[in-house]
Amino acid sequence: MEPILNVENLTMIFGGLKALNNVNITIEQGQIAALIGPNGAGKTTFFNCITGIYEPTTGDVTITPPGKSSQSLKGLKPNQVTQKGLARTFQNIRLFQGMTVLENVMIGRHCRMKAGIFGALFHTHAQKNEEKKAIYDSYEILEKIGLEQYVNEMAKNLPYGAQRRLEIARALATDPFLLLLDEPAAGMNPQETKELDDLIIWLRDNENLSILLIEHDMKLVMSLSDKIHVVDYGKKIAQGNPEEVKSNPEVIKAYLGDESEDA
Amino acid sequence: MRWINITLGLIFTGVLGFWGTREVISDPVYFLELLLGGITRGSIYALIALGYTMVYGIIQLINFAHGEIYMIGAMTALIVASVMGLWGWNSAVIAILAVVFAIVYSCAYGFTVEKIAYKPLRNAPRLSALISAIGMSLFLQNYVMLAQTPEFLPFKSLIPDFLFWEPYAHIITSVELSIIIVTIIVMILLGILIKFTTIGKAMRATAQDKVMAALLGINVNQVISTTFVVGSATAAIGGVLIACHVGQINFFIGFLAGLKAFIAAVLGGIGSVPGAVLGSLVLGISESFFTGYFWSEYEDVFAFSILVIILIFRPSGILGKHETQKV
Repeated sequence: MEPILNVENLTMIFGGLKALNNVNITIEQGQIAALIGPNGAGKTTFFNCITGIYEPTTGDVTITPPGKSSQSLKGLKPNQVTQKGLARTFQNIRLFQGMTVLENVMIGRHCRMKAGIFGALFHTHAQKNEEKKAIYDSYEILEKIGLEQYVNEMAKNLPYGAQRRLEIARALATDPFLLLLDEPAAGMNPQETKELDDLIIWLRDNENLSILLIEHDMKLVMSLSDKIHVVDYGKKIAQGNPEEVKSNPEVIKAYLGDESEDA
Repeated sequence: MRWINITLGLIFTGVLGFWGTREVISDPVYFLELLLGGITRGSIYALIALGYTMVYGIIQLINFAHGEIYMIGAMTALIVASVMGLWGWNSAVIAILAVVFAIVYSCAYGFTVEKIAYKPLRNAPRLSALISAIGMSLFLQNYVMLAQTPEFLPFKSLIPDFLFWEPYAHIITSVELSIIIVTIIVMILLGILIKFTTIGKAMRATAQDKVMAALLGINVNQVISTTFVVGSATAAIGGVLIACHVGQINFFIGFLAGLKAFIAAVLGGIGSVPGAVLGSLVLGISESFFTGYFWSEYEDVFAFSILVIILIFRPSGILGKHETQKV
């Protein structure tokens, strides 16, 4: 079977800095993959290149959504990439603070809706139905994630862990086949991390999703991942299952070799 | 220092209040006239200020060409109404068609201005886009002057004098009444558009975080265009209404009206839609009182003094969020 995400020879150069250097990563359907590496290794740059925020200097990103044919993401804008079925969250919380929880999720449904300004102005029948469906779908997603009690709360008033989960809910609303999570457990307490762990596995098993996550919490990464990719200084230095990666000398060197860096 | 400010403020308010109360008691009708005149003025400012504030909210650009969009709206209505008047059409049909044409034309101009003058500068420093906006403003003024005429043109009011309003017409005319009512309707519609519709949500999302909005599948360029189109439509409505009220227009009316609306938007807190409405009403009413009770020649001086005072004491405006931001 074709991998759902195939990144070949991805290179990203900022001025004189090679932030990514010939990175190759493939992700299979139904896989939970992790991208790890010391601070500044280029992990977030990798996400930005895939999702269309940066245009990679060279390299190919090909996706094969389940049941569909392969296509390249080259030159697509972020909103087009999202329409193809990739959704992501950020390291820092980027919710729409002044909107309610439901509205935040509904924005994610936006790209799956057709109505434009004219529908909005004249409030056509199709528009009404579509809007109703969006509310219904969004509420369903909130129920799945376990945020339904906050539905009309302002996003900024939610507890930290719930805000993090709302970001995932909002990403799910775009109907992705691959979810890219950038440090989903950052700042969470052990209890919240445990719940996140369960949520990610549940998403894979019940929503037919594949997940690629960047994470510094090694316990979470090791317990969760089917496959781990390690980058350092923009180069991919290892890949494999948690056991293989843990015992890989290159990885140990990257994490422990230089005392000034902390993992 | 603080108590000196407070004391001075109290003395000032007290004197103004005392004097104001005496004036109101001595001639309540005049006071009412000025108040309603101020609300009318404020309504027009609000219709223009909305475009400023919405565009600023979404791309942090002061769209100085916005006043010209308003002028183009008034010009289009004049041309359409004159042509149809020659054909001898019914005046109600003329009024509606003139407004529709004005809106369509202004929207087309607003949309095009954004695509030509601002979109290529989306990632440039803000100053570049601002200069581009000023250039666009000058271009549109001169373009209309060359294509039409530099003279003042008489604008026959599209709004008839309502018979049932006759007894009150000495306080507030039918035209002024229509201006206030139309403005209220436009505000309500706009409120619904922003608060409840899909495109309104997309606009708010884009205003808060463009990158995140794009990653959630929102076509940011389309949302920005929509914002310009909506702002242009309200400005066109304002243009037609003020032309009916004043009775004459030329290519230059957009300049001062645009600046006044800009002051109103800053006064209310630029970027905030309710703020623009509030700021417009405050500016309109205080201008009306100033010209009515003091010197009518210094109307514009007064308005710009307000701008200076806000920028010194409350740069974020009445409803604006306090944020330390480098401009």
